[in-house]
Amino acid sequence: MTQVIPSLDVDALIGNPCTRVVVCCGSGGVGKTTTAASLALRAAEEHGRDTVVLTIDPARRLAQSLGLAELDNTPRRVDKVDGGRLDAMMLDMKRTFDEVVLSHTTPEQAAEIFSNPFYQAMSGTFAGTQEYMAMEKLAQLRARGDWDLIVVDTPPSRSALDFLDAPARLARFLDGRMMRLLTASSRGGHSVFSLMTASMSFFTRTINKILGGRMLTDIATFAASLDSTFGGFRTRAEATYRALQDPQTAFLVVAAPEPDAIREAIYFTRRLTEERMPLEGMVLNRSHQVSAAGISAQRALGAAEGLAEAGVDTFTADVLRVHARLTTTVATEERIAARYGAACPQVPQVRVPAFPTDVHDLEDLRKVAVNLTAPA
Amino acid sequence: MPPDAAPERPAAPHVHVVTGKGGTGKTTVAAALAMALAPPGGRTLLVEVEGRQSIASLFDTAPLPYAERHVGTAPGGGEVFALAVDAEDALFEYLSMFYKLGRAGKALRKLGAIDFATTIAPGLRDILLTGKVKEAATRREHGRRIYDAVVLDAPPTGRVSKFLNVTVEASKLAKAGPIRTHSDGVARLLHSRATAVHVVTRLEEMPVQETADTVGELTALKLPVGNVIVNAVSPPLLEGARVTKAGLRRDLAKVGLPTSAAVVEGLLAEARDHQSRLAVEAGLREELARLDHPVVELPLLADGVDASGLNTLAERLRETL
Repeated sequence: MTQVIPSLDVDALIGNPCTRVVVCCGSGGVGKTTTAASLALRAAEEHGRDTVVLTIDPARRLAQSLGLAELDNTPRRVDKVDGGRLDAMMLDMKRTFDEVVLSHTTPEQAAEIFSNPFYQAMSGTFAGTQEYMAMEKLAQLRARGDWDLIVVDTPPSRSALDFLDAPARLARFLDGRMMRLLTASSRGGHSVFSLMTASMSFFTRTINKILGGRMLTDIATFAASLDSTFGGFRTRAEATYRALQDPQTAFLVVAAPEPDAIREAIYFTRRLTEERMPLEGMVLNRSHQVSAAGISAQRALGAAEGLAEAGVDTFTADVLRVHARLTTTVATEERIAARYGAACPQVPQVRVPAFPTDVHDLEDLRKVAVNLTAPA
Repeated sequence: MPPDAAPERPAAPHVHVVTGKGGTGKTTVAAALAMALAPPGGRTLLVEVEGRQSIASLFDTAPLPYAERHVGTAPGGGEVFALAVDAEDALFEYLSMFYKLGRAGKALRKLGAIDFATTIAPGLRDILLTGKVKEAATRREHGRRIYDAVVLDAPPTGRVSKFLNVTVEASKLAKAGPIRTHSDGVARLLHSRATAVHVVTRLEEMPVQETADTVGELTALKLPVGNVIVNAVSPPLLEGARVTKAGLRRDLAKVGLPTSAAVVEGLLAEARDHQSRLAVEAGLREELARLDHPVVELPLLADGVDASGLNTLAERLRETL
């Protein structure tokens, strides 16, 4: 018996006034940004909703067409949108981190934190910072209340799960034993490791020798300032996480018919279900389609050979080879995509065809949106 | 060359760093390169640093421990070893060369000190990982390097410049001491002619854009860029061809295929889509050629990546490098 996979009604989702946030997630390179941008454009133009799209790392020409040449970490109006209003912004991770620090501390303390070499290193590269900052920015946009719908693209992480795990990891880091040790010692004005037992003195000497005293002081100062600043940060991380479970939020898992992307999509679907996040459907991008149905790859290749044997040197043989290759690709993609349907049969799906050229402007985005909402 | 420089033949690189945008086949290319560089009777080491166990799944072996394991044999008989470097293990290995850690080492692990240090200072983590690569690449036995080449499956394009630029990262954090000395040594090797950084891409817009950005960044940091490797290239059918409905219909009839309007128009549409893709690819090839580094193209493996596919890629790389 073949499993009937429900199909995803994207228009019903983005046109529904109760849908306030759409989060597009999935592994890198599956077309998340394009999906997010075309959904947002569709919501503004066809459903007349005031929409903002938060992108992470768009292709340069797509960014230009959305007016995102300027990286100022605030939403800007997109020109030439017919109907509703569309704003777009690109996440500046470092600047968002700075904003969070500024909003939780005095300007003097903030300046001290900013100048610490460890802050500089961490705010740019801490694993999960980008994911966390995307969530932070989402919370800020929600709090402003300027939009009917916020569409969020998630960072191209190593794993799609980083996005859900980052807040917890940050909290675990801030609550860690090392952190407590460092902040306690820095508050008491003692040397960092004086709190340890005498049997540890050899350890202390070793650490000092390896790292040098200056580095330890920098670390301890940084740990202390993080602790005083980021107490509120942790509460906020938890609130943001809970907000994602809100029924006004809709998660869309984006994938492409490639083994890694499908595997990630399955993991992600399971995690979202476990965490009670409102998953609405799966978007399968870049699905190739056969136009000349009914001619198998073998038959096309056989015919191409037949033409060669008959001494026909037109391009028809190559047309048939292109068709054979496409037919094989489609069969492989079907097989890979079926893994998702088998693992997550209850999740509605929509397929978007592979476009021969890249998506560059609003017109291209509209075409994607048409395919998203009225699948072939 | 400046006139006063010694007329010395530049040594061929023996440290090969492979980066690329996610999804371009970076690990596959790194593995093929490790096979290509293993001469008969010699051996190469393939190193991964991101804890993903991609090498193990590529060679169909059990997850790699922090130890050098034999994973494959190159065409011609050269041996390929692989290593998954872990920052914490690398640190303790390094420290034990200079200090007797004993209980202090255990305490450090228990406190989560390594996790902590590498979290607030990711640069430290990168020094440990690249440091292990340097150790393997320079390790000698009977006056000869153990590995003919070391191939590093490096972080993707977005992070690779920072990863390789270890001195700068380290000097911000460690002003002096053994870690600083260590990182200076690593940086010297990575900036020398002994190293080549290869960027893997596909003929698609985003990977090509990131390749150009990365080559620019690496060049600015004076890191030696090697080849641009274009992976998964399909053979170019119908390049510049003019296909007509009438011609198609006539030829299809000759070989007994259906000639209905749906089939003819369908085939024509597929051919046109394919040709627009070729035009896009031609433009991207030009962009890559402008980067002024040798470009190597690897064929798309129709049957997926397996041992024989790796051999095909390795042979192609051996011909061109």
